[in-house]
Amino acid sequence: MMKPERPVGIAGYGVYIPRFRIAAREIARIWDGAGGVPVDSKSVPGPDEDTITMSIEAARSALARARLAAGRLSAVWVGSESHPYSVKPSGTLVAEALGATPWVSAADWEFACKAGSEALTAAMGMIGSGMAEYVLAIGADTAQGRPGDALEYTAAAGAAAFLVGPAADAVAVIEGTTSYVTDTPDFFRRADTAYPVHGHRFTGEPAYFSTSRGAAERLLNDLGAKPSDFTYAVFHQPNARFPQTVAKQLGFTPQQIAPGLLSPKIGNAYSAAALLGLCAVLDVAKPGDTIFMATYGSGAGSDAYALRVTDALVERRERAPLTTAYLARETFVDYAVYAKWRGKLVMG
Amino acid sequence: MDLAKHWRIRHARYRLEGQRHRTTGEVRFPPAPLRPGEAHDSWEPYVLSGRGRVYSFSIVRQPPEGYDEQAPYLIALVRLEEGPLVTAQLTDCDLDQVTIDMPVEMVTRKLRALGPTGLIVYGYKFRPVV
Amino acid sequence: MRNVYIVGTGATPVGEHWDRSAASLAVEALAAALGDIPASRVGALYVASALNGSLEVQSQVGPMVATAAGISGIEAVSIEAGTASGGVALRQACLAVASGIVDLVAVVGVEKTTDVLDARRERALALAGDAEWEAIHGVTTTALWAMLMRRYMHNYGYGIEDFAPFPVNAHANGVANPNAMYRFAITADKVRSAPMVAEPLGLLDCSTAADGAAALLIASEGLARDVSAAPVRVAASAVATDTLALHSRHDPLWLSAVAHSTATALRAARMTHRDIQVLDVTDPHSITAALVLEAGGFAERGAAVALARDGAITPKGALPLATGGGCKARGDAVGANGIYQVVELVAQLRGQAGAAQVAGASVALAQCIGGIGATAATHILTME
Repeated sequence: MMKPERPVGIAGYGVYIPRFRIAAREIARIWDGAGGVPVDSKSVPGPDEDTITMSIEAARSALARARLAAGRLSAVWVGSESHPYSVKPSGTLVAEALGATPWVSAADWEFACKAGSEALTAAMGMIGSGMAEYVLAIGADTAQGRPGDALEYTAAAGAAAFLVGPAADAVAVIEGTTSYVTDTPDFFRRADTAYPVHGHRFTGEPAYFSTSRGAAERLLNDLGAKPSDFTYAVFHQPNARFPQTVAKQLGFTPQQIAPGLLSPKIGNAYSAAALLGLCAVLDVAKPGDTIFMATYGSGAGSDAYALRVTDALVERRERAPLTTAYLARETFVDYAVYAKWRGKLVMG
Repeated sequence: MDLAKHWRIRHARYRLEGQRHRTTGEVRFPPAPLRPGEAHDSWEPYVLSGRGRVYSFSIVRQPPEGYDEQAPYLIALVRLEEGPLVTAQLTDCDLDQVTIDMPVEMVTRKLRALGPTGLIVYGYKFRPVV
Repeated sequence: MRNVYIVGTGATPVGEHWDRSAASLAVEALAAALGDIPASRVGALYVASALNGSLEVQSQVGPMVATAAGISGIEAVSIEAGTASGGVALRQACLAVASGIVDLVAVVGVEKTTDVLDARRERALALAGDAEWEAIHGVTTTALWAMLMRRYMHNYGYGIEDFAPFPVNAHANGVANPNAMYRFAITADKVRSAPMVAEPLGLLDCSTAADGAAALLIASEGLARDVSAAPVRVAASAVATDTLALHSRHDPLWLSAVAHSTATALRAARMTHRDIQVLDVTDPHSITAALVLEAGGFAERGAAVALARDGAITPKGALPLATGGGCKARGDAVGANGIYQVVELVAQLRGQAGAAQVAGASVALAQCIGGIGATAATHILTME
């Protein structure tokens, strides 16, 4: 387990989920999906949205909750696998939009679906070492799935932002974290290609499950804790089934994971997926509650965290829209509109 | 490729940073250059709240070059709570959902891309309050 | 300052002149205005074009027209003020003659809008607004007028159908204008059922930008009586401006440049609103005409649409408008409109307007505005 010298925590958090959805059955209608669908629906970014715009809104909410002036940020980090530019960081634009520039560090992170938690762990180090007072760690994605591929049903969009700071100013203290990484090619995208490829069933046990369990079990062990010690648990949620299965494998109950399980409605928000689940939990948690989270990124790795909610959460949570406010905004589009907006039409 | 012209007004575009007059307290948006005769420190940067109401709106169905793929889109004149009137697109909003005096809030979105390899221009739009 | 007279007019039809360049249209109009007067007698040339630079990628329209007309060497000036270009060019011509420096001046308005596709043309028309704070949002001039129309309807309780008299009147008058692009009448029903361009503006309440050139010959008093049987005096000429962006206005529904320009012109001509017997104003949409009439003081605020509904704007009414078809039926030649307006009003004052003639018209007002009234140029013409 990694734990910084100075205690750290989340001073503020914020989310963004686009209003648009496409029903999984609608995708199945076009691609003749046999059998079940992995989620009910997924979120679809509008034509004027991307990783940067979603990160900005989530970050604004995080700052609002903490009532922190952007000038006090030492870093603004955005983790995504769909940065609008391959070269030009999303972080600089987000920092500029927040008013954090110029005395700030800004960069982009990438580790498939756990790019956001990469930034979160690094932020713990920046704060915990005393190098910085506050850092924004954001996970955001507008994921793309190859038309007709299984992943098209779930590749979705969203953003979650965490303002990491000293534990004394936190709504949730981070007790420690563990990272588990192996070089495992379960899902990847070559540079300059539009869509990722994946190893179908290879993405399951050898990748998602063993990696998530690897990080989770190590953290539980190092903490001397059992799953039942936690009030809530959040896992990376590439579909509805995987997080429920890994929770069961580890010994967490359906009740523990329920508030943080969003994938059935919004699909897989990639770098924001687990983090949005954590935000949804923070929306309902009470002071003293404990939260266990294990993110997962293909390639492959998992970051596990243990958090404890403080008294500060109750008041701060009301200062920005709750996750449910975004979940309630649901405007369904059909496959044609979805294809047009997601740039899947050949225009010339 | 237009780079500097968008870059130099990025604060106004990304976060609705206008100006407030140090003496009168008047808030204006967008920011503007000093007029002849004005003291050099007459105006200070001021970030507007982004809250406002729709003064009027329309739908663009015959778009100008560069906006073809966006059409049809909503545009509006929004009266910001600090006083200024601003022109912007409305987003996250059905075409038939808008009314005069509707409360809206500022969001930062993509305005347009300058071609497939060019700059992505970000800026303010307004949406019904979430 | 000396009196100034219009001694010649000329215009090409407004339309899609695929086989004609801007220069060739300009020279045709100029030749018609000159009549028997050799071009070499002209002392200065003012050329108005709103879009030649952006759509034809050709600037210096002054030397361009002078060259094509065989009079390069002349003092030639290029003028751009959006759809007020024509009026602003006429203003310069009047100043030149009134000052005594030149005796005979030619003013030519020319526009080619059909060499490019629609989206490029829309973008160019939006150049008349604020690039950084309006156009960047994909706003078009049409959309700005549409927003004003909606707010006007909201403030004064009108429905879309109340505005139909404007395009109906324009088309009815266009039938009598041989240069008009559209020479057929339309009904209020057709206006009502036309598809939306920018709610609440429908297709038949939006002018069509096209190609055309119009020209005027302006002369000093002494010369005027020599060269023309029916010179028309320019009793007043006034240009005013307003903020570039609509959103910067104190009251977006008040076109203060129109108010100032009209007031200045009436004062200079020593006239009142009641003296004006026929008008032509920039009218790509009914709301434009309505707001212009109100700011100009020809109608109470909120009342122009009601006046039009009651028939005031027909040739037999108290405020005859668009007697040549206006932007809607004559066609929208953008920067050249201001000159077309004067050509048509001169025909009115000379009793040559056919079925659209306003009986006994001897005082006319021509006004063109650029963008949403960022520039307004007003001229009062009298037949003495």
